[in-house]
Amino acid sequence: MEQQQSLWQFMAQQSDKLLDQTITHIGLTCISLLIAVAIGLPLGIWIAQRNKAAWIVLGIAGILQTIPSIALLGFMIPLLGIGSLPAIAALFLYALLPVIRNTYTGITGVDPAITESARGMGMNKWQVLTSVELPLAMPVILAGIRTATVINVGVATLAAYIAAGGLGEFIFGGIALNNTNMILSGAIPAALLAIILDFLLSLIQKTNLKRMRKVAVVLPALLILLSSFYIFPNAQKKMLGGFTPEFMGREDGYLGLKFKYKLNIPTVVISDAVMYKAAFEKKIDVISGYSTDGRLKAYDLVTLVDDQTIFPPYYAAPLVRQEMLNKYPELEPALDLLSGQINDSIMTELNYRVDYLKQLPEKVALDFLMDKKLYKQPQNGSAGTIRLGSKIFAEQYILINMYKMLIEGNTNLKVVTRTGLGGTKICFDALTNNEIDLYPEYTGTGLLVILKPTKTQLDQIIGSREKVFNFVKKEFQDQYELNWLKPIGFNNAYALMMRRSQAQSLKIKTITDLKVYSDKNSK
Amino acid sequence: MILAKNISKIFNNIPAVNDISFEVKESHTMVLLGTSGCGKTTTLKMINRLIEASSGKIFINGKDIFSDKPEILRRNIGYVSQNNGLFPHFTVAENIAIVPKLLKWDQQKIIKRTKDLLHQLKLPAQEYANKYPDQLSGGQKQRIALARALVSDPPVLLMDEPFGALDPITRAGIRKEFLELPELKRKTVLLVTHDVQEAFELGDEICLMDKGSIIQTGTSEELIFKPANDFVRNFFSHQRLQLELSSLKLKSVWEELPDANFSEKAEMNSNYSFWEAMEILSEKKLEHLGVVNENDQTRKTVSLAVIQAAYLKIKQNI
Repeated sequence: MEQQQSLWQFMAQQSDKLLDQTITHIGLTCISLLIAVAIGLPLGIWIAQRNKAAWIVLGIAGILQTIPSIALLGFMIPLLGIGSLPAIAALFLYALLPVIRNTYTGITGVDPAITESARGMGMNKWQVLTSVELPLAMPVILAGIRTATVINVGVATLAAYIAAGGLGEFIFGGIALNNTNMILSGAIPAALLAIILDFLLSLIQKTNLKRMRKVAVVLPALLILLSSFYIFPNAQKKMLGGFTPEFMGREDGYLGLKFKYKLNIPTVVISDAVMYKAAFEKKIDVISGYSTDGRLKAYDLVTLVDDQTIFPPYYAAPLVRQEMLNKYPELEPALDLLSGQINDSIMTELNYRVDYLKQLPEKVALDFLMDKKLYKQPQNGSAGTIRLGSKIFAEQYILINMYKMLIEGNTNLKVVTRTGLGGTKICFDALTNNEIDLYPEYTGTGLLVILKPTKTQLDQIIGSREKVFNFVKKEFQDQYELNWLKPIGFNNAYALMMRRSQAQSLKIKTITDLKVYSDKNSK
Repeated sequence: MILAKNISKIFNNIPAVNDISFEVKESHTMVLLGTSGCGKTTTLKMINRLIEASSGKIFINGKDIFSDKPEILRRNIGYVSQNNGLFPHFTVAENIAIVPKLLKWDQQKIIKRTKDLLHQLKLPAQEYANKYPDQLSGGQKQRIALARALVSDPPVLLMDEPFGALDPITRAGIRKEFLELPELKRKTVLLVTHDVQEAFELGDEICLMDKGSIIQTGTSEELIFKPANDFVRNFFSHQRLQLELSSLKLKSVWEELPDANFSEKAEMNSNYSFWEAMEILSEKKLEHLGVVNENDQTRKTVSLAVIQAAYLKIKQNI
């Protein structure tokens, strides 16, 4: 393709996007923080006088804090949909605990002799609170707000998963695309942001006790100012695309759509985990799905025909370290048992059972192997250990469960699984760093994400399934000593998808139809 | 004047103060004396309603304290809390101005009054008004706490172990200043302490408490020479001689003192106790010293021998 870009070049080239993401990031952080302070501070003050309530409130806030951030964002979707609203709500919940707890600790930590003498001189409750308790507790409260700020800058990167934007778009896009510059373009500004906001707050915290009384005015003003940079994303446009960070940065993804089809629709970045549901709920109209995804069936979506072939074939096959194949010759035949067994519709059905019917991948894998009479009781062997990895989606879970059963049933080898390795880059690095021995990979991904061939090489092979497979098999063997075994059969290629009802009513069948429709309506 | 009638305080069914009554006369100082947990601080705090009495009636200058909101009541009662209770984030001047601001005095009046008070307490406003409590010594903090309680010239002053946090030497010095402050002489004071010596020096009357009840009320002289029971007697058994000498005032034996030699300067007045007189004599290494009677300005002489004779005579008469 092109020679390696430097980080600076990347950032300069993407400066518009970077600025936009940074502003969104600051906005998400500050708005959620402002709400957290507006609610957490009075709540902390209130519980400081009520021991029982304190226990309950701090307990609940503590539990909220322990929910993994991505899970919390996930919980928000059924309630608040996608976009900035659920992101801000989740960030707010994270910021709540440090704010409440430090307010509570700060106020209960004020020397009782001081508050008593305040009351003894004739101050009423409100006067004691505003002239004594709050100013004296302010350093502790500010420490809590600082903690909350740093947490929120970090967690806000995850907002990219639910189409709320922010620097996470680059970070997760970069991870998905194996593009270090892109990761750093998101990660470095995020880190700087955390440091700068923390530093600004530390300046306020260091002011002496007397000036502390003015903090009550300065702090909200500062937060509102920072928040005001952020404008909520515009209301729903006519046709909105929701694409994964990975899709947004790929030649065979959004870039190709723009280049080859000249498709130009407004887009948001969204996580694969919530994309289908968001399309179903009409939050977005066009998504970048996978053609065998079970949710296609579950949410009644249709794929648009790739009439100008920008999406290369994505045949799944086990990608194995050659060293292991040499060491355990019995491994390859066991893995090859699955070859040719699963076509697109079977895979979609299996995925549907896991994604939508919520059956366990183990059970789905077992049922399938039983059905095909490939299942054998595990031999509980001890000849060696094979480590299986998978990316985080149902299909991969199903496949590695099948491989586990096949290996353990047909060989003397033991299997351990490392599931939930974020994306292609993480799986691939785990493989080359000898953390895992194999994982199911797709030819198109291997070609475009890992090998990154030149444009001429690409044009020669992209249309043909066999050429792509042979190319990646050879290059992986030469460059990484990794072996692509026989493909399983199905082709899980990228596809654009729409709700069936909408596609039918607008008579959109191909991506070209979509382009024609969106051009007509944007004028 | 403070009048407490049959007041009790019950915490979780346990009486902390059990049906006590007392009266502090106009311009007098009454000391609530007792060991920790005897209910003396609870009693004090019931007077300004920091603790609400469970039962009983309290009047200040004839007015029922429950007739107003507690905040309003407290603004007219000077209060010095344990460990001074100064606001660390307020300057000396701001600390003193708290009550005047609550009473909505105008700024000029507050400044003038603060300056006067600081002057009286030997802490020049120029130097100290803008300092923070952390920059002051323990004794200085205590003076500011006192100034804060006195600033609005309340008729009644409540003090909870006001010198408790100070070392013995600073403590004695501040007590002396305290006694000599003209502002304080007009005040009705209720003071809590566990320090017997302090009670004897400061109290016109002493109220000895134990387990929530008053065991005996009287002057220091009455308590030590006419103890109501063994508890009172035992309470003062430690340092008895010093306490006896502290309880006796020169004015009580005025007639028996030899007339003064008028070339002598009068360094004491008749309110001094035997103990104080002896201390001064021994400190200055003098045989005898002049004393002036505050009431009629007559003068007498004291010497260790005279004091000893007077003391022995009193002991014999009991």
